[in-house]
Amino acid sequence: MPILGEDDIVQSRQHAREAARQLGFGAVDQSRIATAVSELARNIVRYATDGRGQITIRQLTSTDGRERTGIEIVVSDEGPGIPDIDQALSDGFTSGGGMGMGLPGTRRLMDEMTIESAVGSGTTITIRKWRR
Amino acid sequence: MARAPVLRIGNTLVVTVLEDLHDRDAMSLQTELLGQLERTGATGVLLDLSVIEIVDSFLGRMLNDIAAGVRLLGAQMVVVGIQPAVAITLVELGLELRGVRTAVNADRGLALLRRLVNAALYQVTMRPGLDGRNGKGNAHGHR
Repeated sequence: MPILGEDDIVQSRQHAREAARQLGFGAVDQSRIATAVSELARNIVRYATDGRGQITIRQLTSTDGRERTGIEIVVSDEGPGIPDIDQALSDGFTSGGGMGMGLPGTRRLMDEMTIESAVGSGTTITIRKWRR
Repeated sequence: MARAPVLRIGNTLVVTVLEDLHDRDAMSLQTELLGQLERTGATGVLLDLSVIEIVDSFLGRMLNDIAAGVRLLGAQMVVVGIQPAVAITLVELGLELRGVRTAVNADRGLALLRRLVNAALYQVTMRPGLDGRNGKGNAHGHR
């Protein structure tokens, strides 16, 4: 789904929560996943060019032999990019007047998080959670 | 405000958040609530989040800010009904809401609110040197 403005923060987190529920995640994981998506959607609205970006949610199936189901959410924008990813991932660092909890908090809520970012061309953050 | 109406019951403002709040809803709730505190002189606020399934860092920070604002207006606030899944998520997010008083449900919340409001009143009358009282109800004092 596209992120075009503040209203889409609520839309995206509810969408993510519903997707997690349909994939069989329990209440706590639904909350973790929805909250992580909310943090990332807000980052787009605050920092991306014109506050625009894209969120894609899909089901994961493990390939390592064990039968596992997961959820993958890709959040991308064509904004200014993150100059120093390590710094952005440290607790308390903020460039936008927030508390600096968004990215490090999101990482703690999920099983996996990868960030690809190039200054001037955008950011793509992929988060994953596996069903237990 | 449709998503979080503020209801006055005696000296208490009861706010029930009815659905997932947009950022601007949370900010207008703050303005609305503090405005009503000033207008009504209410001493307590009970904020019910029992139907809320997602509290992210923005809303968490707003709860802290609202609690601080309520305190600055001389009132007390108790947040009730935080769902277990929300509590776990908030802690992992790094937001323990230390500035916010909480209770498991509205019943306990009202009881806690009553104690906090009474304690605050007692503190005001007890504070020495402020108005000459010694806290025993003797307006003339004898320190």
